[in-house]
Amino acid sequence: MRELTFLEAIREAMVQEMRRDERVFLIGEDIGTYGGAFGVSFGMIDEFGPERVIDTPISELGIGGAITGAAMTGMRPIGEIMFMDFMTLASDQLVNQAAKLRFMFGGTNKVPFVMRAPIGSGAGAAAQHSQSLENWYVHVPGLKVVMPTTPYDAKGLLIASIRDDNPVIFFEPKLLYKKAKGPVPEEMYEIPLGVADVKREGKDLSIVATGMMVPRSLEAAEILAEEGIDVEIIDPRTLRPLDEETIVQSVMKTGRVLIVHEACKTGGYGGELAAVIAESQAFDYLDAPIVRLAGKDTPIPYNRNLEAAAVPQVPDIVEEARKLAKGRV
Amino acid sequence: MAVDTETRIDWLRQMYTGRAFEEMAEKLYALGKIHGTMHLSMGMEASAVGTIAAVRKGDYILGTHRGHSQLVAYGADLNRMMSEFMGKANGYCRGRGGSMHIADVPGGYLGAQGIVGGNIPLAIGVGLTIRNTKSDKVCLCLFGDGASNEGAFHESLNMAAIWKLPIVFVCENNQYGMSMSIKNAMAIDKISDRASAYGMPGVTVDGNDVMAVYEAVSEAAKRARAGEGPSLVENSTYRWRGHSKSDANRYRTKEEISEWMKKDPIARFQKQLIKEGVLTAEEADKIEANSYAAIDDAVKFAEESPEPDVSTILEGVYAE
Repeated sequence: MRELTFLEAIREAMVQEMRRDERVFLIGEDIGTYGGAFGVSFGMIDEFGPERVIDTPISELGIGGAITGAAMTGMRPIGEIMFMDFMTLASDQLVNQAAKLRFMFGGTNKVPFVMRAPIGSGAGAAAQHSQSLENWYVHVPGLKVVMPTTPYDAKGLLIASIRDDNPVIFFEPKLLYKKAKGPVPEEMYEIPLGVADVKREGKDLSIVATGMMVPRSLEAAEILAEEGIDVEIIDPRTLRPLDEETIVQSVMKTGRVLIVHEACKTGGYGGELAAVIAESQAFDYLDAPIVRLAGKDTPIPYNRNLEAAAVPQVPDIVEEARKLAKGRV
Repeated sequence: MAVDTETRIDWLRQMYTGRAFEEMAEKLYALGKIHGTMHLSMGMEASAVGTIAAVRKGDYILGTHRGHSQLVAYGADLNRMMSEFMGKANGYCRGRGGSMHIADVPGGYLGAQGIVGGNIPLAIGVGLTIRNTKSDKVCLCLFGDGASNEGAFHESLNMAAIWKLPIVFVCENNQYGMSMSIKNAMAIDKISDRASAYGMPGVTVDGNDVMAVYEAVSEAAKRARAGEGPSLVENSTYRWRGHSKSDANRYRTKEEISEWMKKDPIARFQKQLIKEGVLTAEEADKIEANSYAAIDDAVKFAEESPEPDVSTILEGVYAE
């Protein structure tokens, strides 16, 4: 099969959906001729013109309102926020408007949009361009939250998100944009929201990882395999709604679970995952405590070594998984 | 701008109905039949009625938290409005919204709004829908003087202007953002002066003169519909009651309130219609009585309406 980068897969999903459905448009900062800060929308304005690939002033709240108001009145917009850190500036529209307008008005309307944004550290951009605040949005009923980690998943999940009748926050791990390359079908396909994927099967230990921690866990698993530790890796792909069943089944099989995410540990998504497992029938199958490996409780620093130390790296995952597999936790 | 007599008499009815709704709201609150809070617009009826009258049925309207008279002017069903106010299952929002969130999205009324200024960015999206679907609708976006100090105002008016979106921004300036006088909240006298910063026309009108409001908003709507872009209309008015139910009016004098109550927009318009000879005092009394009777009927309807079934609580959180 033909291979695409993560970024190309996202662009193809948008282009194909915009060709299929006149109601879909893209709006954000520098997404037109510039092609987006990371180049995701490069060339799209040439095909769709400035009325469907809409460059905005630096007005994130305005972008949030634009997609919410348009979605409420029959369109299916895609918003782009340059870095997810700036989504805080749009959050009134996402949290107080988009997430609530359907419920608050008695279910008489829909707010079908996708708000996309790159997420995560590792690009040397320091504290205000590197955050992983996905759990802020997971906490809000009415929103769905998606975070793909492969080109194949990115295309299928983005198409499903655009076709979903709810507001979907779509996080794109920025380190994957150009580095992740993999097979992607040319035709359109949907990966349903709320379905996790077993990225690697194994029997000794389950790792539930999100975002950049999925490829790092896969790398760690190869190292662990050489030591005879057989790791299973689950990527929830959709953080809300969560596919609890796939995770619970995996933990029941292995009896040990390591949760890995990039966001700060305190108040992070790992707490939710740990609680879901602890409250499930998998609890009785646990042979060791549930372990969370997460970002340190610090803003992301600039210095290369400090930045790397702020979030889990492959050796950190190997070490934690090894301890857990060998019953040293 | 000529408006036929029948329409103007209906405006009087709308204003009385809005007033009657809110007097009843206060009464129900005092009787303990309503919980939570509410924001009354008594004294601002001409602003609501003149503004809404200037757009067509099917145009989009984004209302405010002080929106009962706006909804009445829109033509909302009084029974469903009162039911929503009382949290009943057959209210506009199935009891999920209450006073602050009454909406009729299928009809184009995109909701009263609980976040001050939160509806202004929504107008951008509505404007884009109108533009991209080549519709001849306009979007009417109401907000108060307080909202014009939010960042949302700045981002949205700028975006509306650069894209010449068909939006009419109407600021109901009732002189106070909760307790803060506009004199302390901004260093300019007219909110409409801000329009020039975005390259759109801005005008301030006597918000207690229903005809003046209607004319200014009609002009702005005409401009929007002709593809000439957005405008800002400021209706200068006054709210008689406190910001919400917890307000003890410590920040203003009784004299100031009573001065403004002498400028009652309803009495003023009624007097004018009678003076013009298009309405008799008896007819006016009848309109008033009928308006209050319609609210009594709505209360009866709402009181007899069912409570929402608690088992339906999650309905509407997500679209299936």
